[in-house]
Amino acid sequence: MSAVPKNTGNKKLGLKEKYGMMTRGLGWDTTYQAMDDVFPYDQFEGIKIHDWDKWEDPFRLTMDAYWKFQGEKEKKLYAIIDAFAQNNGQFNVTDARYINTLKLFLTGISPLEYAAHRGYAHLGRSFRGASARIATQMQAIDELRHAQTQVHTISHYNKFFNGLHDFRHMHDRVWYLSVPKSYFEDAQSAGPFEFITAISFSFEYVLTNLLFMPFMSGAAYNGDMATVTFGFSAQSDESRHMTLGLEVVKFMLEQDPGNKEIVQKWIDKWFWRGYRLLALVAMMMDYMLPKRVMSWQEAWETYFEKNGGALFEDLSRYGIRMPKYHEVASKEKNRLSHEVWATFYNYSHAAAFHTWVPEESELKWLSEKYPDTFDKHYRPRFEHWDALQKEGKRWSNPGLPMLCQLCQVPTIFTEPDDPTTTCLRETTYHGMKYHFCSDGCKDIFENEPEKYVQSWLPVHQIFQGNCGGEGLDNVMKYYNIVPGQDNGEYMGSQDQMNWEQWTGRNHKDAPAT
Amino acid sequence: MNTPSIKPVFIAFVTNDDTRNIVAAICEDNPQATVEEFPAMVKIESPGRLIVKRQSVSDLMGRDWDLQEIHLNLISLSGSINETEDEFELYWGKAA
Amino acid sequence: MQVDIKTSNIKQLRNTFSHVARRLGADKPASRYQEATLDMQSDTNFHYRPIWDPQYDLYDTARTAIKMVDWYSFKDPRQYYYGVYTMNRAKQQDAAEKQFEFAEKRGVFFNLSEKEKEHLIFAVLPLRHYEWGANMNNCFCTSFGYGAAITQATMYNTMDRLGLAQYVSRLGLLLDGNTGDSLEVGKQHWMHTPEWQELRRSMENLFVTKDWFEVFLAQNLVMDGLVYPMFYKHLETRLNPMAGQTFSMCTNFMQEWFTETQRWVDSTIKTAVDETPENKEILSRWFDIWMVETTRALQPLMTALFAEEAASTFTQIKEELLVRAKKIGLRTPGAPA
Repeated sequence: MSAVPKNTGNKKLGLKEKYGMMTRGLGWDTTYQAMDDVFPYDQFEGIKIHDWDKWEDPFRLTMDAYWKFQGEKEKKLYAIIDAFAQNNGQFNVTDARYINTLKLFLTGISPLEYAAHRGYAHLGRSFRGASARIATQMQAIDELRHAQTQVHTISHYNKFFNGLHDFRHMHDRVWYLSVPKSYFEDAQSAGPFEFITAISFSFEYVLTNLLFMPFMSGAAYNGDMATVTFGFSAQSDESRHMTLGLEVVKFMLEQDPGNKEIVQKWIDKWFWRGYRLLALVAMMMDYMLPKRVMSWQEAWETYFEKNGGALFEDLSRYGIRMPKYHEVASKEKNRLSHEVWATFYNYSHAAAFHTWVPEESELKWLSEKYPDTFDKHYRPRFEHWDALQKEGKRWSNPGLPMLCQLCQVPTIFTEPDDPTTTCLRETTYHGMKYHFCSDGCKDIFENEPEKYVQSWLPVHQIFQGNCGGEGLDNVMKYYNIVPGQDNGEYMGSQDQMNWEQWTGRNHKDAPAT
Repeated sequence: MNTPSIKPVFIAFVTNDDTRNIVAAICEDNPQATVEEFPAMVKIESPGRLIVKRQSVSDLMGRDWDLQEIHLNLISLSGSINETEDEFELYWGKAA
Repeated sequence: MQVDIKTSNIKQLRNTFSHVARRLGADKPASRYQEATLDMQSDTNFHYRPIWDPQYDLYDTARTAIKMVDWYSFKDPRQYYYGVYTMNRAKQQDAAEKQFEFAEKRGVFFNLSEKEKEHLIFAVLPLRHYEWGANMNNCFCTSFGYGAAITQATMYNTMDRLGLAQYVSRLGLLLDGNTGDSLEVGKQHWMHTPEWQELRRSMENLFVTKDWFEVFLAQNLVMDGLVYPMFYKHLETRLNPMAGQTFSMCTNFMQEWFTETQRWVDSTIKTAVDETPENKEILSRWFDIWMVETTRALQPLMTALFAEEAASTFTQIKEELLVRAKKIGLRTPGAPA
């Protein structure tokens, strides 16, 4: 049932040739209007493309095949989503702490799928190569699929758990969600070649396994079959996207030697921005999954140091090297998740998901996975907070954290070579001082200061009175975070009490993971 | 002359009836491949190169299998891709 | 993993998402279309202006002269979200596949005389480039449009156009026995043959039109509204019966697609027209301009393909479109304001 017609004529056409006719042959060089007017956006970045026909189409999907296969995938996926809802599958997860990963996912990641849809649509009109437009258009509609299937899958959870109910509103306003929002808007506001390098290559090829594998494996380990199904279904689209990422970088590098310098700069920038975004995932893996899959450190070693290593070795023949500051990421791998979770524990009252002190068995797991750092630097904090909680004085930080001007994560990371010192950097631009969490972020800012001075920093905005006014109550109203429901400590939350009432299970009674 | 890379390429599928046959075909055609099983997922790794042959899968399935059906069950992969009507190849380094 | 539910008293906390509930007026169960569409696009607190067009925000209502209080007033009567869209198209492509297989087996096209083949290639093959242009225009709308309601539907339209272009290409392969030669000739016609130039010129003019809603109306209402009836309804009568029947069978997908798409296009423009008198005026003006432009562009083709029936056929086509436009609420030429 291939889309490619059988031969009845004299000449036998190969798959590649036939596909070329179905795609690149459709375009033409305009003559009544100048090509530069028809395609005004694809040259200003300095990337030189001499021959768009050299674009290789790795997956040769004609639209009828796309409809056929995607339609079949959707049929299967929605059958499972429906069954999940009918059978109240949400009660099969390990415990309701797991649901907080979905809150982070829906408020933080799903809106990025929508943004990707629009971003790729922009590319789908902007590149003057017809094959490139087709590839990016297909991705644009795929991303719309992801946004919608995620919303539909998690919709059922929203009926039973808090923190999910106003994800779109929160994504555009809440302090920690400006991390993913600004990340993607940085890409969308960049030119088309930077966008595709940032997202198709750096995010969807280099770093994707660090987002999807943890979330999807985490879902599988914790009994969330709906998310697993959605995840795997989306991943098959991701294979096409990953391929695009690798192909487009090779294409740029092969088209003109001058492109290498620009591409390397983008690889550096987007590795670092993507890595900082993944700090949220690190925390999720090590702290928010009742049944843990692997540690952040292990994931980083497998998916970046090993897999990424192979990739960059392959690209070295073009003169591309490993991204700048990758060694900092490696140094941070045994600290990142702890520092971030501790931060969210502090500001739990202002977040739309719950936090908690890990159980003793979980602290033991962390000690084992992080023998050099956990007991020395982080366990004491959790034990201290646990003690406070037992006294009825659950710790809540009344201040507001300083955010990095670039990645917008609170500046809570530690010096690459010193886990006991907060890492802070600053620079002055036009008489104003800007603060950063790292050299990586500072470098990116200094390269394009006009862009990053525009950042809508949530904490600055709160102080300026643009988030509902003075006081936490007003800010929560602005965020649509319902106090006493969406926020705060997990134990004693509505989620936790409902869970116990509905399933008879309390994770504190459960045996060790 | 390019020496082929030995860094691993991989391909991962959803675990189900169809992919059982695809995985078996891959193992037949790629003697150095190793298989790893995860919850609901199966991952096949191979040094430098991995090839999926339409005919091999069809023989095992007992029906005419279209190579593009691979999209229905694919989860992830690594390496550069070369796709024809009959073969789907993953590789590192320059194309063979 | 069996779950022992201790109590049967499990009460849902809510029916749907808060942003959906706000739009529905209460926390009621929502449809999949509603949950997939409403408020999905960011609309505030943007971090950076596009470096490629810094006069605008990332998503900006100022990119069109059309004004809406609520950009989610646009509803797709087909209620297409991705799942429904692809499943629908999958069924349609299955039917189309069978039609093409049948046509190929019978060899009707392949066995036409050289003259008849040349005529069909001249008449039809350049449409693959028309579709490609329509793909670009709908992609433009998806990129610069405002709100997920319209842009979702233009995304589907964008991919539809690619599919349509590919089906037209396959008509060519039926004619040339899979050599691909007909596609080359078709492209030559599109690029050089006089009768096709005015349509190509109009299409390229649309490529540099900046207001995305104008592009939407020009492409999806006016151009398609004239081109589709011309080629996929009336042309058959000008072909020899065997070729005509095969052509009609193999373009069934196009005919069904056009009927379906019209519903959405008309609904969308009507919503904008009904919003304000200013919108109505702007849309009507655009309609006038692009009607004149497209009418002019199609005349050489009408003459070449319909000969002595050109004038009467085109009058019929144009009248039908004007009736449609009037129903939508556009001020049609000659009609009182």
